Amino acid sequence: MHRRTLLAGVAMTLGLLATGAVAQEPLKVGFIYVGVPGDGGWTYQHDQARKEMEAHFGGKVVTSAIENVPEGADAERAITQLALDGNKLIFTTSFGFMDATANVAAKFPDVKFEHATGYKLAPNLSVYDARFYEGRAVIGTIAGRMTKSNKIGYIGSFPIPEVIQGINSSFIHARKVNPNVEMKIVWAYSWFDPAKEADAASALIAEGVDVILQHTDSTAPQAKAQEAGIYSFGQASDMAAYKPKPRIASIIDHWTPYYIDRVQAVLDGKWESKASWTGIKEGTVQIGEITEAVPAEVKAEAEAVQAKIADGSYHPFTGPLKKQDGSDWLADGQVATDAELQGMNFFVEGITAEYPK
Amino acid sequence: MFLLEKRPEASRLWTWGTPVLAVVATMIAGGLLFALMGKDPFLAIRAIFWDPLFGPNASYFRPQLLVKAGPLILIAMGLSFGFRAGIWNIGAEGQYVIGALCGAAVALAAYPAENLLIFPAMILAGALGGFLWGMIPAFLRIRFGTNEILVSLMLVYVAENVLSYMAHGPLKNPQGYGFPGSRNLQQYPSAHNAEVIAGTGLHWGVLAALAAVVVGHVLLNRHIFGFQIRVAGQAPRAARFAGVNPDRLVAICLGGSGALAGLAGIFEVSGPGGQITDAFNVGYGFTAIIVAFLGRLEPLGILLAGLLMALTYIGGETAQLVVGLPAAAIQAFQGMLLFFLLAFDLLTHYRIRRRRIPA
Repeated sequence: MHRRTLLAGVAMTLGLLATGAVAQEPLKVGFIYVGVPGDGGWTYQHDQARKEMEAHFGGKVVTSAIENVPEGADAERAITQLALDGNKLIFTTSFGFMDATANVAAKFPDVKFEHATGYKLAPNLSVYDARFYEGRAVIGTIAGRMTKSNKIGYIGSFPIPEVIQGINSSFIHARKVNPNVEMKIVWAYSWFDPAKEADAASALIAEGVDVILQHTDSTAPQAKAQEAGIYSFGQASDMAAYKPKPRIASIIDHWTPYYIDRVQAVLDGKWESKASWTGIKEGTVQIGEITEAVPAEVKAEAEAVQAKIADGSYHPFTGPLKKQDGSDWLADGQVATDAELQGMNFFVEGITAEYPK
Repeated sequence: MFLLEKRPEASRLWTWGTPVLAVVATMIAGGLLFALMGKDPFLAIRAIFWDPLFGPNASYFRPQLLVKAGPLILIAMGLSFGFRAGIWNIGAEGQYVIGALCGAAVALAAYPAENLLIFPAMILAGALGGFLWGMIPAFLRIRFGTNEILVSLMLVYVAENVLSYMAHGPLKNPQGYGFPGSRNLQQYPSAHNAEVIAGTGLHWGVLAALAAVVVGHVLLNRHIFGFQIRVAGQAPRAARFAGVNPDRLVAICLGGSGALAGLAGIFEVSGPGGQITDAFNVGYGFTAIIVAFLGRLEPLGILLAGLLMALTYIGGETAQLVVGLPAAAIQAFQGMLLFFLLAFDLLTHYRIRRRRIPA
């Protein structure tokens, strides 16, 4: 090979590299899903937010996702794969990805990581979650007003703090508007299992429940509620197909504002590790349309609760509140701390169900 | 006019030819599927089969291939003996879970003591747990003549519920803020099944899988036990005359495959998995059944089949990233592999003859 052609080749390569650096490469952002977007619930909402975020940045950001990633060793590999693929910001959207995310974050200090619903932080690892209990306060209010049998049902997924917060918040606010209300709780021990969720709904209906709240992601309980002619609330996504009855309102996870915010921070070079816990005020938790099946005064009452939470004048866990065993928890006017809520492992007074061990 | 004619003996050529043919047919049919979905089939096939081995990040994926294939091979080796003898352990997934639970329980009971004996004790407990879980269908079949397919399968669901109970109850991390899941054994040096040589993916479970292949090969081809297994599968009556005790064979096959599945479980939870959680098991016990058949129930074949299965898993993730294929398409692709294998297996036992229609 002639030296001149070699040099020319080198010069050209350098030139190409230079132009590549000038024309800004789009930022690559990766996502790991525990389920598939077709679940219509948790993963669906994350996927919608991913698409809306990508559209918002119009070409400056390219996203990719790996679906159906089992928790554990497979998660670590899939997250590493995203990092190796050149993603500079990676969202891992399930609690079970926590240790895997932390492990990969330690290996890729230049990549930023965001783990949903966990608690482990690192200089390049943030956590984010939503104050779903704020939304539960709103639908709990509606549930307390709408029940005629004074029995409302709750389909729990797992007895972890996030779910316990939801149960307590719903119950407190149902009781507030209806002192006679009782709550029945059935555990599905799954986030998404239409068959188990349907069974749970049937069990509740058999116990005389006429309003069902769920902290599981499928629409199976909605279908059961429809058959039984009772009321239900959409969970994670709007579940609008069941409007106006049985689904009379819904609690929606809306991650788009957070994703846009964090991607913008990376683009600006201002990303910092933090624990973010946002709710109705920031728009992460939304209440879906309250349908005409709900009387206007009940709707107004629920919207008033929502407005007070949004402007910060009201916290759903405000004393006086006692624990299930009758011991004192919050004094009059006292507000629960975030640390207390994040470790919540008890029911409040008035719930008769046994706390799962 | 074509006729199927049973071969007097299984064709050696096709025994080994069908897996290759099945892989090729899967590539073609899968490629068509991907093309119909509007994705570039060549890019997708390359992402699945080529990139993890020779792509830009192959140095990371090659060790991962061993990590993923290790438990598959270990479990499939255990299953293959029973399958040869007509003893159907479908519940390896449950034995895998119980093995992981028993081994992890030993580690968590010892926490935070550091001692060289902890890891061996965990391994023993894991093998024992899997063995005992496998002996339940064995005992029921020997004593009451129950069907081990049903019993072992049903015990998977029992095991999963035990797992969920343990993750939420006795084995829950006391410092985990109430979240379900045990302590992470990767952060407990005495219990951590670390890579024997860093960066190679070779943890003790992979070594155990390789050892199982070697031992299995010797047993099958050089040992009287291998002979008994073969005879029992091919001619049960003849086996009795040859002095094979069918009950003993059931116990050995179910208990042994249970022990190997239990080993896979404890190696996984103490190594790549790290934690007992309610989602700890991801189907290795079921996938291993495919691996066993894909490998023709032969140790060397199982080794290759395990690696191939692992490749489709890891490559499947690459394809999601590179081509944007949904996870379901990858699962369909893996399903095709088994489908074509079973379909082409016809050629092993039958030959196609052309019959002239007399004029």
